[in-house]
Amino acid sequence: MAYRPQKPPLPETSEQLRARIPGWGVDLDPAGRPSVPQEVFDPGAYGARWEFPERQPELHPRERSIEHAFLTPVFSTACPPKGLSGVVRRYAYRRFSEGRAAHWLLLVAADRIDTLESTAASYASKRPDNPFTETGVRAEFSHHGIRSRVGRGRADVKHTWMDPLVVAGPWVAAGTGIAVGASAALRRLNRAR
Amino acid sequence: MRAMVYRGPYRVRVEEKDVPRIEHPNDAIVRVTLAAICGSDLHLYHGLMPDTRVGTTFGHEFIGVVESVGSSVQSLVPGDRVMVPFNISCGSCFYCARGMLSNCHNVNPNATAVGGIYGYSHTAGGYDGGQAEYVRVPFADVGPTLIPEWMHDEDAVLLTDATATGYFGAQLGEIREGDVVVVFGAGPVGLVAARSAWLMGAGRVIVVDHLDYRLEKARTFAQTETVNFAEHDDVVVHLKRITDHLGADVAIDSVGAEADGNFRQHVTGAKLKLQGGSAVALNWAIDSVRKGATISVMGAYGPIPNSVKFGDAVNKGLTLRMNQCPVKRQWPRLFEHVRNGHLTPRDLVTHRIPLEHIAEGYHIFSSKLDDCLKPLIVPTPA
Ligand SMILES: [Zn+2]
Ligand SMILES: [Zn+2]
Repeated sequence: MAYRPQKPPLPETSEQLRARIPGWGVDLDPAGRPSVPQEVFDPGAYGARWEFPERQPELHPRERSIEHAFLTPVFSTACPPKGLSGVVRRYAYRRFSEGRAAHWLLLVAADRIDTLESTAASYASKRPDNPFTETGVRAEFSHHGIRSRVGRGRADVKHTWMDPLVVAGPWVAAGTGIAVGASAALRRLNRAR
Repeated sequence: MRAMVYRGPYRVRVEEKDVPRIEHPNDAIVRVTLAAICGSDLHLYHGLMPDTRVGTTFGHEFIGVVESVGSSVQSLVPGDRVMVPFNISCGSCFYCARGMLSNCHNVNPNATAVGGIYGYSHTAGGYDGGQAEYVRVPFADVGPTLIPEWMHDEDAVLLTDATATGYFGAQLGEIREGDVVVVFGAGPVGLVAARSAWLMGAGRVIVVDHLDYRLEKARTFAQTETVNFAEHDDVVVHLKRITDHLGADVAIDSVGAEADGNFRQHVTGAKLKLQGGSAVALNWAIDSVRKGATISVMGAYGPIPNSVKFGDAVNKGLTLRMNQCPVKRQWPRLFEHVRNGHLTPRDLVTHRIPLEHIAEGYHIFSSKLDDCLKPLIVPTPA
């Protein structure tokens, strides 16, 4: 009990645990654990033969955190910013540090814009998006969608109904935005006439 | 090549992509032979991680065969069978020089708070991941390691993250002989953490989740006690009751940003993205442990703020320890544990899904269909 000095007794002794569980206590000594202490100065321990790596050429301007002194010597060139979402992303990187909420909220906004513009663009391409196959919901039929959920006390089932809204939400928002904008423009046009 | 591609929240497909090129003299190109979907990939899949771009290929857990190497690579040659840590590390920056391989400062231009991770959004550097036929592996002399002859491929792929991270989680808990350890989350990381807690001399290990099939796995795989939080009105009180009203000495959060069990937290965090994820498991850990306890955080959280019960942590004098796992640093010890059977990672695998069916794979894992615990991805044979 917390109200008295002694630690409460354990259900099993160390000897019983050692007999029951293969390997019990083999890493009892913290000194034998691989990352103890966390920081051990040993440059070159992991195969680097350089103090500073050779720089990867920057063939296209690469966005970076303003908390970095310079572009890191190695970086990814996959999925460079594109379209309107790319403009938002570049601004988020150029203007705000990682310490600012605006940095992350702009990037999240850019993610939603990216989904909308990329999906829209896909319909003009040879590979149109297919929400049915891409959400993988076919697995509901092949992998026991109902039996996996019903009567199993799962906490997540209580909010599964929200998932389609989360997927469709940005589309509904964008559609509403376009409709509101268009009707406002129409009204203005009518008034002008 | 064929590659998994993100198309927006809850949507992925397989596309034809260019085979990656050597972009730096220490790069290697690896042909993937086996990959996995990780619980933390679900945060990306659900659109929770800022700067997840449409067109990105996920996958930070993979093994494969070296296809080609850059001009400065000395430790690998084409044809080598390698396992690749999920961390990308330069080996020489301030952090790598001190063994903090998950905190490398030379590989992620997009953020200073996050290291480089394969297939984990541009916030983690924007590198394409291994749920594809080929992947670019930077710093081939630092990260990849030859797969030992005796090691099973499924053990190898599980060592690239889940097993190393679970063990590291127990390690950060600074477990001493006879400690009572509570593990929140019975996914692969939590189950390995629970089993590792025994290796470090825990006196009692309790695993908390709401999925019965995972708790059953905790009992068989990790031989622990279990608590189904959905069966208790207040799991914090229940945990106090079963620990003599003292609370555990160590708690390990292996849930992270999409924790369930508190509707408000889950909906504002995981669904509406109004905070950097739901901190339910972490708050349960803070409130249920004894004063002076250590909490190890292994769950993945995003860069957006969370509502964490920090005052309780202060008033209870808790030690909070956390980091992403420096995978390669764990390997020598973990190889021994796998070889002598103290850890059996491949017992966690439940599904083996062809790359072409990856959309179904994500749905099965995300919706926990078919008692899914750990799905592997098998790239289409060439
Ligand atoms: Zn992982
Ligand atoms: Zn580094």
